[in-house]
Amino acid sequence: MKELSLNILDIAQNSIHADASLVRILLDETDESLELSIIDDGKGMSEEFVSRVTDPFSTTRTTRKVGMGLPLLKLAAEQTGGHMTISSRERAVYPDDHGTVVTAFFYKNHLDFTPLGDVVSTVVSLVQGSPDVDFLFRHTFPNHTVELDTREIREVLGEEVPLSSPDVLVWIRETLTEQYEGTAGEDE
Amino acid sequence: MKSLEELKQIREKMQNKVILREGSAEKRIVVGMATCGIAAGARPVLNTFVEEIAKRNLTGTVEVGQTGCIGMCRFEPIVEVFEGDKRVTYIYVNPDKAREIVEKHIVGGEPIVEYTIGAAEK
Repeated sequence: MKELSLNILDIAQNSIHADASLVRILLDETDESLELSIIDDGKGMSEEFVSRVTDPFSTTRTTRKVGMGLPLLKLAAEQTGGHMTISSRERAVYPDDHGTVVTAFFYKNHLDFTPLGDVVSTVVSLVQGSPDVDFLFRHTFPNHTVELDTREIREVLGEEVPLSSPDVLVWIRETLTEQYEGTAGEDE
Repeated sequence: MKSLEELKQIREKMQNKVILREGSAEKRIVVGMATCGIAAGARPVLNTFVEEIAKRNLTGTVEVGQTGCIGMCRFEPIVEVFEGDKRVTYIYVNPDKAREIVEKHIVGGEPIVEYTIGAAEK
C-alpha cells in the first residue's frame, strides 16, 4: 500500500463485514510516532482465529483462501520498528461486550515509514460505502485534534437523509479538510 | 469548523426531494474495494465517480456502490456498470477513465469497449 490511509480503509472494511454498528478510527501522533487503533463492536473473532489472523492464508473471504489486509498492516508497522496487536471478544462468548481492536504502532522517522496520505478520502469512502454504520474518526496531535463523529451528523440529518448523500459527503470532506488546515497553521 | 447549521440546510434541501431508495436507480456503478482493489488505486476511482455523479446531478438515476474482491485481482481497479440485466466490466480504471466512463457510458449510453475486460482478454 502506498499510504497508511489505504491500510486503514482496508482494515475498517473488516469491521463493517463483522456487522459493527460503530467503528472508531483513532490516530495518535507525536513528533516521533503514530499509533493507529481501529476499534469495532462487531461480532469479534475466536481466540483461535485471532492467533492465526496475521497469516496471509487466513481469511474470511470466500473467493479465495488468501487475505492480505492484516499482514500488510503488520508489515507496514514492523518495518518501522513498530508493531501490531489484535485483540477480540467473540459475540458467541461475550454477548454484551464484543468486538475487535487492532492497534498498530509506527516510528515516523524511520526510513521505511509509509506516509499516512489522504486519510480524509478514506473516511469519505467508508461513509459512502456503509452509510448505516457509525464512524468516529479522531486524529490527535500534541496541540490539536481532528474529529468527526457520524452519530452527531446522523442526529442532525434525521432518518430520511442517508449519510451517503453527495451533499453530506462533501460536507464531511470539507469539515475534515478545514480541521487539518487548522493543524498545519499551528505547526508554523 | 464547518457548522452543523449547514447540515440542517442539507437536510431541508433533501427533504424536498424524493430520496432514492436502494435498487431504484437506472444504472449502478460498482467499484471493487477489497485489499487488491484498494492497493491498485480504487479509492480515487470511487471518489471520482461519486463526485462526477453529484456534479452532473445524476444522484436520482445513478447509484455508486462498493464491493469486495471478485477474484480477478490482476485487473484491479475493476468497475462494473449494471443497467437492467446488462453488465459491463471495466478493468485498470483510473480517475481519468472514470470521468470518461461517466461521460460516454453513463450519460452517453455507449460503453467504452477498449476499457472492458473483453477487450483485454482478446
